[in-house]
Amino acid sequence: MLPPHRFGLGLRKPHYAAILEGDVPVDFVEVISESFMVPGGRPSDILRRVRERHPVALHGVSMSIGSADGVDPDYLRRLRDLVDAIDPLFVSDHLCWTRFGGFQSHDLLPLPYTEEALHTVCNNVDAAQATIGRTMLIENPSSYVAFAGAEMTEWEFLDALCARTGCDLLLDVNNVFVSATNHGFDVHAYLAGVPAARVRQIHLAGHSRGETLLIDTHDQPVPDPVWSLYAEALAQVGAVATMIERDDAIPPLPELLAELDRARAIAALERAA
Amino acid sequence: MTLAELQAGFGRWLQTECPDAAMRLGGGSGLDVYLNNYRSQLVTALQSGFPQLQRWLGEAVFLAAAAQHIEASPPSAWTLDAYGADFPETIAALYPDDPECAELARIEWALAAAFTMPDAAPLAADSLSEVDWETARFAFVPSLALLQVTTNAAALWRSLAAEGLPPAAQHLPEPGVVLLWRDGFHPGFRSIERAEADALRQLRTGTGFGGLCAALAVAHGGRRGTEIAGGWLGGWLRDGLIAAIHQR
Repeated sequence: MLPPHRFGLGLRKPHYAAILEGDVPVDFVEVISESFMVPGGRPSDILRRVRERHPVALHGVSMSIGSADGVDPDYLRRLRDLVDAIDPLFVSDHLCWTRFGGFQSHDLLPLPYTEEALHTVCNNVDAAQATIGRTMLIENPSSYVAFAGAEMTEWEFLDALCARTGCDLLLDVNNVFVSATNHGFDVHAYLAGVPAARVRQIHLAGHSRGETLLIDTHDQPVPDPVWSLYAEALAQVGAVATMIERDDAIPPLPELLAELDRARAIAALERAA
Repeated sequence: MTLAELQAGFGRWLQTECPDAAMRLGGGSGLDVYLNNYRSQLVTALQSGFPQLQRWLGEAVFLAAAAQHIEASPPSAWTLDAYGADFPETIAALYPDDPECAELARIEWALAAAFTMPDAAPLAADSLSEVDWETARFAFVPSLALLQVTTNAAALWRSLAAEGLPPAAQHLPEPGVVLLWRDGFHPGFRSIERAEADALRQLRTGTGFGGLCAALAVAHGGRRGTEIAGGWLGGWLRDGLIAAIHQR
């Protein structure tokens, strides 16, 4: 028997009440880790109550696994405390950096795909996994800059990262589409190049069109090209946890559940094929 | 270019918009996307943390102050929730003749900080019957904070939060204190006199309730001193400010 797919939503404030009180048909919810790495108060209470009803995936935005000066040990300790408290389904963060030399960007900044950067990221992922006692899922980012001097592609970088650290992947299909459009690489080569067996979770989201680049805004429904790419990704990775990621212009819950139903239908068709 | 050099240069681009830093990174419109993301995240964080200050100043003035703050105080904490801790000082420097602005900002920041302070259940009323008040020492809830004010910023905050027409800014006849704490999951505050604030500071640093009563008796006479201490204690218990009473 094939292992089951799972389908989830990001937990966002407008939907707290529905998730806490209703019978929302999701297999898991994903939360932004940093929003709950706090001593107490309402956020901690909400997460505890959500966890009583659903498995929870922790998705971080500030671990900064690409920092040349290492991962912040205080951050890792706080994340470990949260992990210990809620026993998450997954713990993930991004292939990026957000901090260097005491400066925090609070944005997911791009890495050069070099051996030096790979060595740094591997060391940081090793440190993170050792501290939290979990296998991390690393997400491919959307990016708007590609640095000269790259020694490998992003998918080659991710493949080597998984091989060297034992981490798994969170494949953001929208990010693949956005970065491929911005940098002119082949989405099919990307999907063929990432280690399919290491993909544990998929993000689906929408984007916006800037003057010259696609921007990963998470404020739109999942567009058709991303749905197509999702089907192609499923054919390679098999059973996986899929999540609709909406961070802005958040619609009523039924609209997101309809998108999740579309993901379910695509997964069912893919499985039948 | 090493990874460290690249990251230092990228940080310089975001903080200064320096063309030289952009050129070293290879240039291109993608750098502008990151610059816009960086600034808009921080502006949103300040707007989220200081909604009543924005109402008081007006959006255009608030955004100009936010831009100055972002340039002068780049973020250094891993959580965006911490961005704005020193925004009241930026406001104080920008508007030295309008002290209600910085005081309004300090109240908003303290309320935001109280929101995620460690949990502590207030003392249950039925646990008071056995207390020996002479030797009692209080442990207050972690969210308790005291802010000194010279203006009617507390009244301004309440009016702005209720989306009412705020009163004119005024200096208080005497400097006062705003007592803030979290009641359940709800941060709140009330204005108190400096003498009560001094008493709370002493009790938080280890003075016993008996010692406080004795000091008040010296200052006001025995009966009046006891009335004052009893009145304050009743308010602290009613507001759930005391988490535990220790006897020693």
